[in-house]
Amino acid sequence: MAILALLLLIPSARADEAPLTATPGDATRGRAIVADRTRGLCLLCHSGPIPEERFQGNLAPPLDGAGLRWTAAELRLRLVDGKRLNPDSIMPSYYRTEGLHRVAPAQRGRPILAAQEIEDVIAYLLTLREEPPR
Amino acid sequence: MRRTLALLLLALPASAQDRRSGFEDMARETQAMQRDDMQNPGMLWVAEGEERFNRDCTSCHTEASMRGVAARYPAWDEATGAPIDLAGRISACVERHQRATPPARESQALLALTAYVAHQSRGLPISRPTDPRLAPALAQGRALYGERRGQLDLSCVQCHDDNAGRRLAGSVIPQAHPTGYPLYRLEWQGLGSLQRRLRGCMTGVRSEPFAYGAAEYVALEIFLNDRAAGMAIETPAVRP
Ligand code: HEC
Ligand code: HEC
Ligand code: HEC
Repeated sequence: MAILALLLLIPSARADEAPLTATPGDATRGRAIVADRTRGLCLLCHSGPIPEERFQGNLAPPLDGAGLRWTAAELRLRLVDGKRLNPDSIMPSYYRTEGLHRVAPAQRGRPILAAQEIEDVIAYLLTLREEPPR
Repeated sequence: MRRTLALLLLALPASAQDRRSGFEDMARETQAMQRDDMQNPGMLWVAEGEERFNRDCTSCHTEASMRGVAARYPAWDEATGAPIDLAGRISACVERHQRATPPARESQALLALTAYVAHQSRGLPISRPTDPRLAPALAQGRALYGERRGQLDLSCVQCHDDNAGRRLAGSVIPQAHPTGYPLYRLEWQGLGSLQRRLRGCMTGVRSEPFAYGAAEYVALEIFLNDRAAGMAIETPAVRP
C-alpha cells in the first residue's frame, strides 16, 4: 500500500519541475558540458553519441535516445536530484548541496552544475532522439 | 577430493569466491611489467630500501626476520595503545629505537624501507586481523567504507563492490584489494602508499581526504585486509 502511494507520488513530483532559469537552455553548450569529464562528469558513467571522447563509462544506461524517453521536466528532476527517484542511485545530484558528507573545501556549498548549465544539458539531452547502437 | 573442494568453494559467499586482485584487470603489458623484476620499476625502491635496511636496521633485525611481517600489519602497537600500519611501525622504530628523526609519510626513504620490508612477504597470504584489540578499528573501517562522501556523494561500496569490473570512463573499477602496496603507479610515475591511493579515491569523489597518517586510513586498511584475507601479497605491484 505504502509502495503504491510512493509510485503515485513520483509522477506528480516530476511534473513539478519547472525550468531553473528564465533563459532557455543551449544544446551546444550542453553537449560541451556533458563531454567534459571534469564539469558534467556524465561520460565517467554513461556512454553517449560523442565520438571524440574515447573513454566512456558503462556504469549507467547510454544517453542515446534520452530525448525520446524523457520530457524536459523528467530530465530536470533526474539531474537536480535523481535520488528523489532512487535513493540508492550512484548518479550524483547535480543541484543539491545539503545532506552531503565531507565535501572538499573547494566545492563546499556549491552544486556540481549551475542552474543555467543544467538547463543547457537538458536542451542537449532532448536532441538525443536515436536509440543507442547495438 | 576435487569434488569436496568444489563444494567447499560453493559454500563460500560469492564475494570470497570471485575475489580478484587489481592485477587481473590490467593490460597484458602492465602485468608483464609487474611480473618481471628486471622491468618492474618498484624494484628500484626495494633495492634502495635494502641498502637503507642494511645500513640502519641490521643492528637489531635480520632480513629473514622481516619475512611475513607485512602480512599481519596493521597490528596493535603497545606503546601508543592504537593500531599501527607498517610504515608507521618502521617510523616508530627509527624514532624509538634508533633515536633519529622519523622519515615523513610518503618520503622516498619511508617508501623504500616499507617496499623492502613488504617485499619480504611477497607471495604470502594476507592474514585476517583477528586481534580483538583491532576490532573497533575494523568496525570503523567497515563504516568508512560504506559511507557516502564528497560532492559526488559516493561510497567505496558503490564503486568497489556494486560496480567492480565495470568501466568508470577508461578505468576498470577493481575490487580494491590492498595486495600490492607500496606500488608503482604509471599515473604517479613513482611509488606510492595505500594511503596515497585512498586519498586519490576520496578526492575523486570531491571529498576532503584525511591527513596522511590519520587513524581513519589505518582503520580502512584493517577492513580492506579483512576483506582480502588469504590473497597473496604482490609488493611491489604495478598499477595503471
Ligand atoms: C557516477 C555515475 C553517474 C554520473 C556521473 C552520471 N550518471 Fe546519469 N545515471 C547513472 C545511473 C547508474 C543511472 C541509472 C538510473 C539510476 O540508477 O539512477 C543514470 C540515469 C540517467 C538518466 C536516465 C537513464 C535513461 O534511461 O535514459 C539520464 C538521462 C542521465 N542519467 C543523465 C546523466 C547526465 C546528463 C549526466 C551528467 C550531467 C549524468 N547522468 C551523470 C549514473 C551516473
Ligand atoms: C635499536 C634496535 C632497533 C633498530 C635499529 C631498529 N629496530 Fe625495528 N624493532 C626493534 C624492536 C625492539 C622491535 C619490537 C617492537 C618494539 O618494541 O617497538 C622492532 C620492531 C620492528 C618491526 C615490527 C616487527 C614485527 O614483527 O611486528 C619492523 C617492521 C621494524 N622493527 C623495522 C625496522 C626498520 C625498517 C629499521 C631500520 C630503519 C629498524 N626496525 C631499526 C628494534 C630496532
Ligand atoms: C567513483 C568510484 C570509486 C570510489 C567511490 C572509490 N574508488 Fe577506489 N578506485 C576506483 C578506480 C577506478 C580505481 C582504479 C584506478 C585505476 O586503475 O586507474 C580505484 C582503486 C582503488 C584501490 C587500488 C586497488 C589496487 O589494485 O591497488 C583501492 C585500495 C581503492 N580504490 C579503495 C577505495 C576506498 C577505500 C574507497 C572509499 C574511501 C574508494 N576506493 C572509493 C574507483 C573508486
